[in-house]
Amino acid sequence: MSTGNMNLTLKVWRQKNADTKGAFVTYKAEGISPDMSFLEMLDVVNEGLIHKGDEPIHFDHDCREGICGMCSLYINGHPHGPKNAITTCQLHMRTFHDGEIIVIEPWRAAAFPVIKDLAVDRSAFDRIQQAGGFVSVNTGVTIDANAIPIPKVIADEAFNSATCIGCGACVAACKNASAMLFVSAKVTQLGMLPQGQPERYSRVQAMVAQMDAEGFGNCTNTGACEAECPKEIKMTNISRMNNDFFSAKLFREEGVHEHATGE
Amino acid sequence: MSEFKQTFNSSLGKKLIMALTGLFLCTFLIVHLGGNLLLFSNDDGFGFNVYANFLTHFPPIEVIAYLLYLSILVHALYALILTIKNRKARPVRYAEVNKSTATWSSKNMGLLGSILFLFLVIHMGDFWFNYKFSDKLGFKEYKTDLATGETKSGIYQASPGFEKSVSVENNVEIVRVKDLHARVASSFSNLIYVIFYVIAMFAVSFHLLHGFQSAFRTLGWVHRKYTPIVSAIGTWLFAVIIPLGFAAMPVVYYIQSLK
Repeated sequence: MSTGNMNLTLKVWRQKNADTKGAFVTYKAEGISPDMSFLEMLDVVNEGLIHKGDEPIHFDHDCREGICGMCSLYINGHPHGPKNAITTCQLHMRTFHDGEIIVIEPWRAAAFPVIKDLAVDRSAFDRIQQAGGFVSVNTGVTIDANAIPIPKVIADEAFNSATCIGCGACVAACKNASAMLFVSAKVTQLGMLPQGQPERYSRVQAMVAQMDAEGFGNCTNTGACEAECPKEIKMTNISRMNNDFFSAKLFREEGVHEHATGE
Repeated sequence: MSEFKQTFNSSLGKKLIMALTGLFLCTFLIVHLGGNLLLFSNDDGFGFNVYANFLTHFPPIEVIAYLLYLSILVHALYALILTIKNRKARPVRYAEVNKSTATWSSKNMGLLGSILFLFLVIHMGDFWFNYKFSDKLGFKEYKTDLATGETKSGIYQASPGFEKSVSVENNVEIVRVKDLHARVASSFSNLIYVIFYVIAMFAVSFHLLHGFQSAFRTLGWVHRKYTPIVSAIGTWLFAVIIPLGFAAMPVVYYIQSLK
């Protein structure tokens, strides 16, 4: 039941590479179906640009099912656009109205340098993950579900945190460009379950150290991250990470380097 | 770098210092408001002046007071350091203003804190500095008839170096003490000063509306059962009752000065 196609004006950030300065370029997106996803709309615009012999707009995307965490885009002042709890690929053009001006920017953070146009380098997240976001010992084959009883509240917390797709919307939304929501989700997901428990206090130190080294900002608990997270990761994770970190630093024997190197 | 140094140099460590100094300053507000309620007692500043003398001459309180001044400076300094780091974490700003759901106060802690710092400089310069380090303040004498309990107050011409005296003559208790109350009354009869105080108390309200519960989050003390209590205390005590109580003082004194 299409209500007719839309004509939109896009103001898109174009930047050749990390070393050059970028600028906004205005494009017309004409004959856009309200049933298209935001990325499909950009595909249409890009086809037009390619036909004209222009450089298409670069943007990240992969699964287009809202589960891979590859798409990004800061749309009209919101990471992943104005709707809650979805990624850009799940954002449909019916969210916008005919004739609307849409401003599209890349994630802005020193730790997320622009690769080209709207695509940013989020490998800082990978390095944080590599610093401690894993379980060092092989946990073996799948065991019987009831072999290790885990309270439901704990399991729920861990599983909810595990839904983080690492897209970086939390960093993009944060006024301080802080990565606390992402890191805390990873710390929680592993630290709360039995397999991840032994390394809980070395992991949190290692991951926070890497987070700081990457140059992310400092958390001021504004909650913008939680509001924009496509997977609705909760801010309580941040407090849990703070608690684990201070416990580790002030009261535990584990050091920061014992995690990754396995000393 | 020692491990403790590493801890307090980390992003979380710096936030821990912000949270601890902030909460310490919060506890002080309760005491400060409680004491200052003496301004509302109709005794020509007797209670208030004696209280001010006690605060500045009782050694344990002196120690805590200097810890407090240090906390204010550390809190402000770390806020500055963290803000600079946060700015560096986003060198290219967004063209479109961020519209993510977040409270106004949580996004403007720096602005609110700056207003408060300016307020503290003026406030402490006016009362604390003048009380302790200048001879601008006069003295008052309170004569209480111990039989009837009636108190009469009058100006006392003190010799240099005089602080306080309590004596009893002919069943009359004479208390001579520095008259901070007169200074408060004269400051609070200035409309611009009163308006500035009220604005500063709005800043206190919004700063603590976010700050108090945020400090608990930073400390990692978030719990399904206790967090609602923390946020209720942060909202009603620290963002409503305390700023209202403080703002009432200049307003009431100003209205009285008009008579």
